[in-house]
Amino acid sequence: MTDVVATNETILVVGGGISGMTAAIEAAECGKDVVLVEKSPALGGRVSQLYKYFPKLCFPTCGLEINLRRLKANKRIRVLTLAEVQSVTGEAGNYSVSVKIAPRYVNENCTACGACAEAVTTEIDNAFNYNLNKRKAAYLPFNMAHPQRYVIDPSIIGTPEADKAKEACRYDAIDLDMKEEVLELKAGAVVWATGWRPYDAAKIQPYGYDRFDNVITSVEFERMMDPFGPTGGKLLRSSDGKEAKNIAFIQCAGSRDRNHLTHCSRICCMASLKQSSYLGERYGDDAEAKASIYYIDIRAIDRFEDFYKKVQQDPKVTFIKSKVANITLDEATGDVILHGVDTEGYHRYDNQHDLVVLAIGMEPSVDIKGIAAGVHTDVSGFIEVHTDNGGIFGAGCASNALDVNRSVQNATAAALHAIQVVNRVSAAEA
Amino acid sequence: MSDANTAMVEKYRNNFLKEVEANVEEGEWVKMCMQCGVCSGSCPFGPHWEHPPQEIFMMIRAGKRDEVLHSDSMWMCTSCYNCIVRCPRELPITHIMHGLANYAHRLGIAPKMNPTRRFAKIFWDNITKSGRVNELSLSLKLYRMDGWVSFVKKGLQMAGVGLGMFKTGRLDAMALFTHKGIEGKKGLHAMLKKAYEIEDKRKGLA
Repeated sequence: MTDVVATNETILVVGGGISGMTAAIEAAECGKDVVLVEKSPALGGRVSQLYKYFPKLCFPTCGLEINLRRLKANKRIRVLTLAEVQSVTGEAGNYSVSVKIAPRYVNENCTACGACAEAVTTEIDNAFNYNLNKRKAAYLPFNMAHPQRYVIDPSIIGTPEADKAKEACRYDAIDLDMKEEVLELKAGAVVWATGWRPYDAAKIQPYGYDRFDNVITSVEFERMMDPFGPTGGKLLRSSDGKEAKNIAFIQCAGSRDRNHLTHCSRICCMASLKQSSYLGERYGDDAEAKASIYYIDIRAIDRFEDFYKKVQQDPKVTFIKSKVANITLDEATGDVILHGVDTEGYHRYDNQHDLVVLAIGMEPSVDIKGIAAGVHTDVSGFIEVHTDNGGIFGAGCASNALDVNRSVQNATAAALHAIQVVNRVSAAEA
Repeated sequence: MSDANTAMVEKYRNNFLKEVEANVEEGEWVKMCMQCGVCSGSCPFGPHWEHPPQEIFMMIRAGKRDEVLHSDSMWMCTSCYNCIVRCPRELPITHIMHGLANYAHRLGIAPKMNPTRRFAKIFWDNITKSGRVNELSLSLKLYRMDGWVSFVKKGLQMAGVGLGMFKTGRLDAMALFTHKGIEGKKGLHAMLKKAYEIEDKRKGLA
């Protein structure tokens, strides 16, 4: 049984991505007790899946490492992984929270030696790489995973595969009898940082994400640049394994569209500008390497304008002011053909590209309404600031479509709101 | 405001957009267009338009009254509704196109020889005359639209289809004499007259 001490003065942080980690660390460093709940087996969230950040083009691993060090050094944070909040009831200063913990089948003895993964032959979809490749059914979620412990996939439990993993372990770290648990916790305030998920690209029917191999999403493209990613850092087309050089980016794929997401997802313009710079990084001066960005308008807000200006100077990058109408397949080459009319001159085009990257929009990954009643959300499901929300505060992409920088600011603000609630509780009890 | 100010405001006032908003069906939507171009790209007749819908909307906002109203672009619309389905802002583009076409026609400045306009006119006169379409006279008028030579040519071309339709009872060979129309034709005509009056007064056409 998992032991967790939580009181009315504890802050519960839901979601262990960059926003949740930030809120948890900030609150804990202010002397508050924090329980950090993460649904997946490791902290880090979508940031851990990025190759580079904009606008500085530095690696997210660096920022993650700093945060993980702060988190590990702080005794006030209790991290629960594979844990999902099922319900939140009560009021500010007095919440009861039910948390379901899925079995990891690996205990604290694990040294991440990897012997279990070597012993197991079954492979499963690699969710960390957006299912672009497979991984063993006994796996470390990713290199920087915290906690640094393997996971046994539930699909092999009860099969000889699981026994092989257990036999291979020299530290008695594998416990195949682990069961799902439900914890009942108290909390004074809740920071809701469940983040975002990419919009389902297959729903944008004319772009054929579900029909054409060489139509991919921006999050998948990001994984391909990672040297430890599914393609070993190469930009390969899944149709024929050829290196993609003539790449199109389609902006507002799902966003700003009343048929899909009504809001602007805010990150996609900068993401595509950033990703267009990856071509120079991979192909140097190769004249065949070209990025074409199809856009309605580029929303590079405030200081990002400088980055936009810099990309405009890049001879590899072309901007086409047009929302692409549809995509067809060139059967002979596997190339994709983009059709539309551009707004600067109203020229009809049928442009052939090796690969199309849909700058996919973001939507909230969890609908809070089914978990905590009475929390106000906007039409897109993002948590709104409202007095009715009591001691529940949205943070990061659960509260709006935000980039990493703004998510962190937003999470710090949410932590401060939560601290004020638990301070009121301690003042009342003193 | 000084006179100079007023003059400048007047100069930049977008009179044609206001005119469209007031007089064209669904015209108040024009200002909502964000110029993404998905309507033009999705239009099956796209390559044949002189100005795709997106451009028409921009021309309206730019005050190009003559170019828009004299254009035959909006007459190309076949009402497939692809643009409405795809528009990220749900503009009723098909309806705006028909609204513009109708407005230009009512002003008497629509392209005279545009086949869609001529057909629409023949159809409208035919159906309002008796309250019900006389298909035989409609077809004959349509064949005669481009003169007697083309009437004979088209007639011969379609003779087989016509005979088949007579035989199966899909077309009444005697309709020119027997077509009755609806009861209370007078009422219909009175209603239409009143409707025209109201519309003309509202749009300042009378």
